[in-house]
Amino acid sequence: MENYIDFQNVSFTYQSDNQSPKVLKDFNLQVKKGEFLAILGHNGCGKSTVAKLCNAIELPTNGKIYVDGIDTCDEDKLYDIRQRVGVVLQNPDNQIVATIVEDDVAFGPENLGVEPSEIRRRVDEALKCVSMYDFRFFEPHKLSGGQKQRVAIAGIIAMKPECIVFDESTAMLDPRGRAEVMSEVLKLNKELGITVIFITHYMDEAVNADRVVVMDEGKIILNGTPKEVFVNIELLKKVGLDVPEATELSQMLINEGIELPEDILEIEELTNKLIEALEDKN
Amino acid sequence: MSVAILETKDLNHAYSKGTAHEIAAIENINLSIEEGELVGIIGHTGSGKSTLIQHFNGILKPSSGTVLLDGEDIWKDKTKIRNVRFKVGLCFQYPEYQLFEETVYKDIAFGPKNMGLSAEEIDKKVRQVISFVGLSEDYLEKSPFDLSGGEKRRVAIAGVMAMEPRVLILDEPCAGLDPKGRNTILQLVTDYQKKTGSTVVVISHSMEDISKIASKILVMNKSRLAYYDSVDNVFSNAAELKEMGLNIPSITQLFLNLRNRGYDVKTNIYTLEEAKKELLRLFSKEEK
Amino acid sequence: MLSDITIGQYYKADSFVHRLDPRIKIILTIWFIVIIFLCKNFLSLALMLSLVVFSILASKVPFKTFFKSLKPIIPVILFTTILNIFYIKDGNLLFPDTFIKITDLGLATAFFMSVRIITLIMCSSLLTYTTVPTMLTDAIEKLLSPLKVFHIEVHTFAMMMTLALRFIPTLIEEIERITNAQKARGADLENGKLMQRVKAMIPILIPLFVSAFMRASELAFAMSCRCYRGGNGRTKMKQMKLSLKDIVPLLIFAVFTVGVVLVNKYFNPII
Repeated sequence: MENYIDFQNVSFTYQSDNQSPKVLKDFNLQVKKGEFLAILGHNGCGKSTVAKLCNAIELPTNGKIYVDGIDTCDEDKLYDIRQRVGVVLQNPDNQIVATIVEDDVAFGPENLGVEPSEIRRRVDEALKCVSMYDFRFFEPHKLSGGQKQRVAIAGIIAMKPECIVFDESTAMLDPRGRAEVMSEVLKLNKELGITVIFITHYMDEAVNADRVVVMDEGKIILNGTPKEVFVNIELLKKVGLDVPEATELSQMLINEGIELPEDILEIEELTNKLIEALEDKN
Repeated sequence: MSVAILETKDLNHAYSKGTAHEIAAIENINLSIEEGELVGIIGHTGSGKSTLIQHFNGILKPSSGTVLLDGEDIWKDKTKIRNVRFKVGLCFQYPEYQLFEETVYKDIAFGPKNMGLSAEEIDKKVRQVISFVGLSEDYLEKSPFDLSGGEKRRVAIAGVMAMEPRVLILDEPCAGLDPKGRNTILQLVTDYQKKTGSTVVVISHSMEDISKIASKILVMNKSRLAYYDSVDNVFSNAAELKEMGLNIPSITQLFLNLRNRGYDVKTNIYTLEEAKKELLRLFSKEEK
Repeated sequence: MLSDITIGQYYKADSFVHRLDPRIKIILTIWFIVIIFLCKNFLSLALMLSLVVFSILASKVPFKTFFKSLKPIIPVILFTTILNIFYIKDGNLLFPDTFIKITDLGLATAFFMSVRIITLIMCSSLLTYTTVPTMLTDAIEKLLSPLKVFHIEVHTFAMMMTLALRFIPTLIEEIERITNAQKARGADLENGKLMQRVKAMIPILIPLFVSAFMRASELAFAMSCRCYRGGNGRTKMKQMKLSLKDIVPLLIFAVFTVGVVLVNKYFNPII
């Protein structure tokens, strides 16, 4: 599969002088088309900067970033990039621009100069996709956090992007809202084939990803499937992250001499493996 | 026997329906929180838990029923309601948005100053609480707006602690923080409770967090009080909790699974250490 | 409560007035205001009042909604009434033998002014009750678009209005949240002299501004992410098209205007 987003030796500082600390250092990351990539890291590790670099909100200080083969520094292609890579932010209140749900979803396509009848079609389709069609005439402030975030997602889908970056889009939601958003994200990836970059600090959300990248101080320190990444309990804890409790518990038991696979991520899986191990004893 | 510090009797709150700012109602809440306890409150958004705690310090006035602090109705004398707020300190969700002073010192001093304390007393309290929240005294002269998100949160919590309330209520103190920030806050809440012996009430969405720190759990569901009991007793209603859309801690779930599959295990287990011990016991027993 | 504010709120209903092109509604509202100021006597005023009442009936918005929007204006009405009653010295004294110097003309003028204000408020409320805010700003943008010739950023202005409308409820919630948080720290907002009360607002205003600025910068970021680049090359999902039915109210208004002009000409003016 081809690389859809390609970070090549990217460094980034917010001020152009050389004194200010580098947010990203020699950062290399390739995201494949259709992939579900989770980026984990504590606050201030540079993961949100990655989101801003993906759609040319910020430009790299050094190195190159290509989106679908387009250099993000190419000013003429700026809106081609932003149409291809949509971003859903953390605070649902601060990304809804219109006073009516359907008008908000129309905002992106309107900016792109899409034909009115085509916008109408896309808006209805996007709202149905996130199960918010029945709320199309609602005022945004009357919706729950999870619903607002789904409207924000619809607003991005209506732009027909090929990749969506979720920048801690679940951080401010309650468990129900998080579950709602997570199921939408999975649907976008699996059914519509949209490339997903999911930035979070909840490790249980990263479990669903095809690949997990862990960042610390502007660098990638782990990169692999969820199972490959989460076995590194010590390292993850050192950089201020959690580990799935199932993984940690099975590791503790392995250290006590009980035979278990070390890459268990979920409680149901651990239950079954424990029972197998218990039955082996008898 | 411990003494009840905060009680509610037939507490009701009806909200003005249809307005933009909808507040979840609460119905017939009877509860009593004992001195020195750490109570965890769980429930969905809209279950009424935030409405409930805003009655504890008189931010909201009951539609009917009473709130008793030390056996006395807090609304008996309307003009004294501010005194109630000094005794029952309430720290709202995302409290960092209430910071307003030029320095951390002045901001923490806002509460004690409103209490009318002398400059020396204020100074003593400010220096005490900044250590409670795990920040050095160097922070006192900084602007609160220059701090990181987690630090701002701690300064805001210190601002409520500085009033030395007898009951400290925290509405989702960990919301939006990363795991490190979450653990720091949980740790400082338990430390504060141990050091001062005061009563603490914490709202949280995370069953894991609540089960680790609380001595009692209060579950709100659809405006009503569903459970108010010890951690073990509340989580023994796993099926009912799931019906309410609430999860039980994943570690506890493991032991429930094992029991359902016919293994004789304890199910009141909330920490990894307890889990390890219980599982090792199970393995050694099966070996025989 | 702050959330009781009803001015500028949309009342959802399906009526002829709701479906009317918003540009026409704005033009009619302005037209109405002009005519109201041309009214010289009670008969012409009654003509216009009946037009408003007729429009309200056609809009299916209940009258009590309008009374709500009138409530905050009551002090203004009272003030002008009193001013007119005591200021106008012309006309015949009503109580010639007492110290009360009220004239019949003063009383009539006061009444006339009050009815005029009430009619004005009802008419402009009708516009906001029957038009979705975004449609209203879109219509303003369309109506002002000729100003583009003078390099006036009509689109930016309309966008600012839309965003302001969008964030009013959010900021109201924010104010309540911050107020409660400071009350919980013992802030005393109800008592004290004027200066003390103004000072007591600081702990609320500073966090409000901080958060408003933060929201604004995040919003700008979100808008850039959604390819916002001003009005150029932008399309609209909801198109405004004039149709035959939009001409009907224009005709009605024309008839009433002629009526007012005639009444003004052939009946004695009050003012």
